[in-house]
Amino acid sequence: MPTIVVEVMPKAELLDPQGKAVAGALSRLGKGAFTDVRIGKRFEITVEGEVTDAVLADVRELADDMFSNSVIEDVVSITVADAPAAL
Amino acid sequence: MTDQTDRAPHDAEMIDVRPEGHVPDTVANAAATPDREQPYGALGLKADEYAKIREILGRRPTSGELAMYSVMWSEHCSYKSSKIYLRQFGQKVSPAMKKNLMVGMGENAGVVDVGGGWAVTFKVESHNHPSYIEPFQGAATGVGGIVRDIISMGARPVAVMDQLRFGDIDAPDTARVVDGVVGGISFYANCLGLPNIGGETYFDAVYQGNPLVNALAVGVLRHEDLHLANARGVGNKVVLFGARTGGDGIGGASILASDTFSSGGPTKRPAVQVGDPFAEKVLIECCLELFRDELVEGIQDLGAAGISCATSELASNGDGGMFIELDNVLLRDPSLTAEEILMSESQERMMAVVRPEKLDAFLAVVAKWDVETSVLGEVTDTGRLVINWHGEEIVNVEPRTVAVDGPVYERPVAYPSWIDALQADSASSLPRPTGNAVLREQFLELLGSPNLADKSWVTNQYDTYVLGNTALSFPDDGGMIRVDEETGLGFAIATDANGRYCQLDPKQGARLALAEAYRNVAVTGAVPAAVTDCLNFGSPEDPEVMWQFSQAVEGLADGCLELEIPVTGGNVSFYNQTGTRPIHPTPVVGVLGVIDDVAKRIPSGWQDEGDNIYLLGTTSLELDGSAWAGVVHDHLGGRPPAVDLAAEAQLAQLLHAGGDQSLIAAAHDLSDGGLAQALAEAVMRFGVGARVWLGEVLERDGIDVATALFSESTGRVIVSVPREDDVRFRGLCEGRGYPVARIGVTDAQSGSLEVQDVFTVSVDELRSTHRGTLPARFGATIGE
Amino acid sequence: MRVGVVTFPGSLDDRDAQRAVRLAGGEPVALWHGDHDLKGVEAIILPGGFSYGDYLRAGAIASFSPIMADVVDAANAGMPVLGICNGFQMLAEARLIPGAHTRNAHQQFIRRDQRLVVENARTDWTNGFTEGQEITIPLKNADGRFIADAETVKRIEGEGQVAFRYVGVNPNGSMDDIAGVTNARGNVVGLMPHPEHAVEEGFGPDTPAAMSSGVDGLTFFTSVLERALAK
Repeated sequence: MPTIVVEVMPKAELLDPQGKAVAGALSRLGKGAFTDVRIGKRFEITVEGEVTDAVLADVRELADDMFSNSVIEDVVSITVADAPAAL
Repeated sequence: MTDQTDRAPHDAEMIDVRPEGHVPDTVANAAATPDREQPYGALGLKADEYAKIREILGRRPTSGELAMYSVMWSEHCSYKSSKIYLRQFGQKVSPAMKKNLMVGMGENAGVVDVGGGWAVTFKVESHNHPSYIEPFQGAATGVGGIVRDIISMGARPVAVMDQLRFGDIDAPDTARVVDGVVGGISFYANCLGLPNIGGETYFDAVYQGNPLVNALAVGVLRHEDLHLANARGVGNKVVLFGARTGGDGIGGASILASDTFSSGGPTKRPAVQVGDPFAEKVLIECCLELFRDELVEGIQDLGAAGISCATSELASNGDGGMFIELDNVLLRDPSLTAEEILMSESQERMMAVVRPEKLDAFLAVVAKWDVETSVLGEVTDTGRLVINWHGEEIVNVEPRTVAVDGPVYERPVAYPSWIDALQADSASSLPRPTGNAVLREQFLELLGSPNLADKSWVTNQYDTYVLGNTALSFPDDGGMIRVDEETGLGFAIATDANGRYCQLDPKQGARLALAEAYRNVAVTGAVPAAVTDCLNFGSPEDPEVMWQFSQAVEGLADGCLELEIPVTGGNVSFYNQTGTRPIHPTPVVGVLGVIDDVAKRIPSGWQDEGDNIYLLGTTSLELDGSAWAGVVHDHLGGRPPAVDLAAEAQLAQLLHAGGDQSLIAAAHDLSDGGLAQALAEAVMRFGVGARVWLGEVLERDGIDVATALFSESTGRVIVSVPREDDVRFRGLCEGRGYPVARIGVTDAQSGSLEVQDVFTVSVDELRSTHRGTLPARFGATIGE
Repeated sequence: MRVGVVTFPGSLDDRDAQRAVRLAGGEPVALWHGDHDLKGVEAIILPGGFSYGDYLRAGAIASFSPIMADVVDAANAGMPVLGICNGFQMLAEARLIPGAHTRNAHQQFIRRDQRLVVENARTDWTNGFTEGQEITIPLKNADGRFIADAETVKRIEGEGQVAFRYVGVNPNGSMDDIAGVTNARGNVVGLMPHPEHAVEEGFGPDTPAAMSSGVDGLTFFTSVLERALAK
């Protein structure tokens, strides 16, 4: 069954407290080469049946209305995978 | 990482990332191009205000200066519509009121001497409009802002409290706002490690499109730690520390507070400020260490209007001169223009004035806490606030014209056309129940109504234990915190407001809010000492709203003078309306009290068997604007209950004496829902029942049962007194001549509240009715 | 007895833990996350709070602090270490005790007076209790749900490493109602509820006797003092 992967990130101009805290930790651990971290969310949605244009449009709408808070977040990508991504 | 030295102002790389074609508007440029069109309207300034700025400067303002004036002269920052009225708080002050007042109005927060070398600072503020746009972050940053005001006085913050007003509990959008707001407060305050010890949560359709989110914070300090927001000492450094500056809330102050929401209109460019409570917690500890080591001369927090506000206020309150190198501001977003940097409302930032010889020590403390900092400039003797950008002057103003001497409006005031008819429509004409079954039914209806129902759904999300000094918290009438672990010295705090009363009569409504907060402090055993207020009203451009505002302020100021407790500071929030419909005038009044030893605190419910229950005060038919009228009859009309502040003061002194002598086991004030509600709450507090009889009160006061149960007459408290203290308690009342009637006895065995010859309700039924309402809409609470 | 309390950026209940040690008769010693200095203490407390804002994962960033290396070494050498709430999360992230924590099942922060049963009264921090004793300790957290894989849970249960269990109400969906865990040796204990908030009359949980009179938490701190005396 195909999977649609949606990625949501905090808006670029907004503060990302989580990312900032992790970046600080990296710097304290001596990983100075990594200067910024931003943390978002990844949604993996399993689809029963084929991924049609209508299905994608549906996901796009869900991404905008439910998976992200458009006041503070952006949907940065929506991709289709044939199967859940292998690690 | 910490920026240890002044940054070089000229940096070729930085110029490269400037937005295409953006040339900073310098003072020289402004003088040379007087006829350039400037978007003052879009920034919230009126034509006459713009003209005034040109007059003050003797030229057109630079873009940076225009930005500064636009935010600092906005309603939210300048109080231009309210100033002429707020002056009363500073004028109607007797010598007695000044006695323990260390810092009054005009500073970041008021400060009261509480004895033993300790002082308490407290203030309440609004964050209404951001909380409708983004409830979670709006409410969270509201907590952050008020806490920073407290730190900037030199205090350690020790408690918070929130006054929340949402729309109709059953409207679909209400759950979104409630969830976000409560979650945001919980997230931010818990992360800061501040106990939430009281507050209120109300639901009314008038707040549907414009929730009220007011946040109060209290801090404690030793007298010698008091810091003020002034920049004194020529040559002292001006240092910005905390979070980096980004595009948060640009224009928020002027746009959000000077305009209302038009449903369906375009959303403003994301002006949402995202709060980082961890950054603020670190900032608190860092500041306290700076204070302890005496490394700071003056300090100011950055809130509305960010750097514009902090620099102009520090300069105005100090020697009057300051030079700032804006390039030195550490940026989160390198694409910000100079104007945006000036207006940014990025959270968790403070500005300090530091002696040059102490700068190294200052930077060391800040570095220890991993807080970023940069030296922006220094105090000068020029009497001007000068700000440079890329080596050129972009701001040159007299700071007081920005921060202090803003526009003062005398808005038109009009007696509302609808109020006479409203006041004539008294609830006394509504049918009052006589049969026991109906009385019982209405009692339970009130008990389970949204505004009288249990608020654990909200308060279970708050920490009350952190810091280990919480002596009283919800559901008791006031929060109480121990200040001195050796002596037990403590303070109590309570907030109250009633929009319905204020809609009927704003002056009386304000007095009633004051009386109730005062009484709520008194029933804890503390002595009321000072006042803060958050005045939530509709648009000041509506003459009827201005009438309401003028009445409320007068009522509050006169009331404070009568009670001899000063207003130490507060906040005004205008433009609370949806379209043209304003909210009910909702002045929130907070009262702070002092108690010598928190061990003498009085809880709001009885714990023991066989205590006598007394009703202090008298009852008359006063159902106008009551919970009964609203819940049972959906009625709002008539005139709110009478207030006798002299009697309230008498009552408070009686309660203090009784508590001090440990004669009173429980004390609970009567307000919304009247005697019936108060009895139910006192029973449910520890689950100890009571047997109550109304005969004496019905006869003495000449009222019927429904009035006795549901009237909202003021100056009334129920107390429980252990049998062994009964005689002394009665003697106390007689000696002070305050009306008192024994109305019952506590009864742990019964497991019920029995109002003899009227109804009996088991503790279980009381609890299930009381506790079911919010969970039914917002989700189950754990373990109830 | 010198008992160290570590302060991390964002620690909240460190001062309360210090007070608890003092009330129990010990000498609290403030330790700093950025140092490698345990200052000669004989026991360590990792206090509650929101270290690093609970960002990334609760307790995760703190577990990489310089002092944690010393804490781990000391724990492995047998020093008593108590992790309270956020401290429990740090101990789990540092792998000193098993399991992990996620968001409360009902997705909200909760504060309540929580009934617990003492399952293991042999550890350095619980020897003042009796096995099966029920106590009331304030609980307040957002990420308190204890989880572990089936094998780990089986091992913890089998080896008697469950220190406390929720009674009556499981406030966060923790597996097997586990509220606190100990290591095999019994010197490292982690629990979600906050004993330091039930040590002083007038400021603890309500009891049937009187409002705010619960002091069940004091036994944690007297236990470690007793254990030190016995050694």
